[in-house]
Amino acid sequence: MSFLEVLYFIVPSAIFYAAPLIFVAIGGVFSERSGVVNIGLEGLMVIGAFIGILFNLFFADTFGGATPWLALIAAMVAALLLSLFHAVASISFRADQVVSGVAINLLAIALALYLVQKIFGKGQTDFITERFGRYNVPFLQDIPVIGPMFFKSVYNTSILAIVVAIIAWFVIYKTPFGLRLRSVGEHPMAADTMGINVSKMRYIAVMISGALAGIGGAIYAQTISGDFGHATINGQGFMALAAMIFGKWHPLGAMGAAIFFGFAQSLSIAGPSIPYVQDIPSVFLLILPYVLTILALAGFIGRANAPKASGKPYIKGER
Amino acid sequence: MSNRAINLLVPIVSVILGLVVGAIIMLVSGFSPIAGYSALWNGIFGDLYTIGETIRQITPYILAGLAVAFAFRSGLFNIGVEGQLIVGWFAAAYVGMAVELPKVIHLPLAILAAAVAGGLWGFVPGLLKAKFHVHEVIVTIMMNYIALHTTNALIKTVSDGGDSTEPVFASASLRSEFFENLTDFSRLHYGIFVALLMVMVMWFILDKTTLGFELKAVGFNQNASQYAGMNVNKNIILAMVISGAFAGLGGAMEALGTFEYVSSKGGFTGIGFDGIAVALLGMNTPLGVIFGATLFGSLKYGALNMPNAAGIPIEIVEIVIAVIIFFVASGYIIRLLLLRAATKKEAK
Repeated sequence: MSFLEVLYFIVPSAIFYAAPLIFVAIGGVFSERSGVVNIGLEGLMVIGAFIGILFNLFFADTFGGATPWLALIAAMVAALLLSLFHAVASISFRADQVVSGVAINLLAIALALYLVQKIFGKGQTDFITERFGRYNVPFLQDIPVIGPMFFKSVYNTSILAIVVAIIAWFVIYKTPFGLRLRSVGEHPMAADTMGINVSKMRYIAVMISGALAGIGGAIYAQTISGDFGHATINGQGFMALAAMIFGKWHPLGAMGAAIFFGFAQSLSIAGPSIPYVQDIPSVFLLILPYVLTILALAGFIGRANAPKASGKPYIKGER
Repeated sequence: MSNRAINLLVPIVSVILGLVVGAIIMLVSGFSPIAGYSALWNGIFGDLYTIGETIRQITPYILAGLAVAFAFRSGLFNIGVEGQLIVGWFAAAYVGMAVELPKVIHLPLAILAAAVAGGLWGFVPGLLKAKFHVHEVIVTIMMNYIALHTTNALIKTVSDGGDSTEPVFASASLRSEFFENLTDFSRLHYGIFVALLMVMVMWFILDKTTLGFELKAVGFNQNASQYAGMNVNKNIILAMVISGAFAGLGGAMEALGTFEYVSSKGGFTGIGFDGIAVALLGMNTPLGVIFGATLFGSLKYGALNMPNAAGIPIEIVEIVIAVIIFFVASGYIIRLLLLRAATKKEAK
């Protein structure tokens, strides 16, 4: 394979793998920016993937080609409801946010597998028939080199992911809502003094993170895996968490990091057929995202600072 | 109601609420909770074999719980017990199969290898926390995945491309003929004594040594400890290393006792994450960890009987465990409700 052919193959598949990560990582940005650590992203993604597949299987005959999109909405609602548990525990009940997140992860996978057993009588669901389509972007696809790389037969979901990342950037950095969100995560007491309802902001942020993580899970299930079983979502949520940190809690940074991790993932899968890459043992590509995150946190790749109040419950009147 | 009584009541109330939620879910999905829970009970205490297997299951849970609890007491959240356990598992199995030595040397050596590997895996987040103030939660999560992929690659190398290593030599095995005869040939092994010994070790370190005093002080208030002349950075690293060593020993139990080999894994064992539940329920005390491990180990093993005896998916027990963690974590609200109930009674 020539170098260009390799790029034509690798770049689209990197974006393809990155799409769910982008959604979930952006969800993480919302939650952590408001001061709530959300380790439960993995579990929210699991529920999203499960409900997405379930909806797709049951309603494919009714809705036809629109099914995957409607499944996204169903998954979004389901994950949003589950994220409310995390919100209630960590905001109102003052639970340790990490512990509550761990509980969400355990609960989500157990609940999903329990229902799969109950409904299908086996360990995984059937394969879906309606999947997301590919799309050629008009005009742009005719640009030499870049056209075939970025704009030919891309998944709709990848385009949506990038659009959502840009919207998230606008919301967090250019709107009053975003300013309030960030202030609640940096210094809740100051925000409270200025009349911002800290709990309300945090509830909204956690719910947004749940909704986006659900969409991410449903996209992963409906583009990459095609069914739901115990190993469908296997660390994707934590990788999104890593992307969020690697992107320094910034929506566009998180998107960039997610695309980079998608690149590493597609390399580790397609590696054996690519010159030079095939000489690298695949384990190095598999652990690359995690090693990079640790290095980023240690400050070797620019300083990554979490929002100041992240992880601490806000107790009114406490100094 | 005294503070102590409430501290004890929170885990108990959480367990009851968890079981109630489990019953409701069974009822809603068309199963009989009574049949379900009696299948669970029989799966734990049904006969000598299941009792043996239940204790076998409890063994790594004790060690995983100790690992989480020890870090907690030093103010650290070690969510990487899973990864430390996996590298310990591999290290013990490798030492157990690669060389053949007299049992008095081989068995301790294999166990030690697991502790060292786990400790090393805990050293990295400890060092990063001490030197660069990196939050240990994220680093340990990442270390979990690095452990999973690295050990899978190592297993492949060691076994010439296979999926699992050769079994360990008898000289490194924890297998116990005495327990086998006693419990109708369950896989119960001598590891339970190692686990109980480690409970003593943790109690001794925390309550009887200067090191333990310093670790707890750092856990309460880093600035005050620094001011009192303690080396906070050293204590953070040490706490993570000791915690990791406990977790590594948990892996050794699986490597030398239960399975006697290590095979590559598609995902995590779950023991490390359940260790968080064990530690929380045991209020991070050595004795409490035994209770927590007994409860969760029993639930986990007993659940295997539920699909056969009552047709209920085993995941119901995972749901119950998750709900228990949720309620223990939300101890604030349970405490509030208990206090309110108590004051109402007094007012009457």
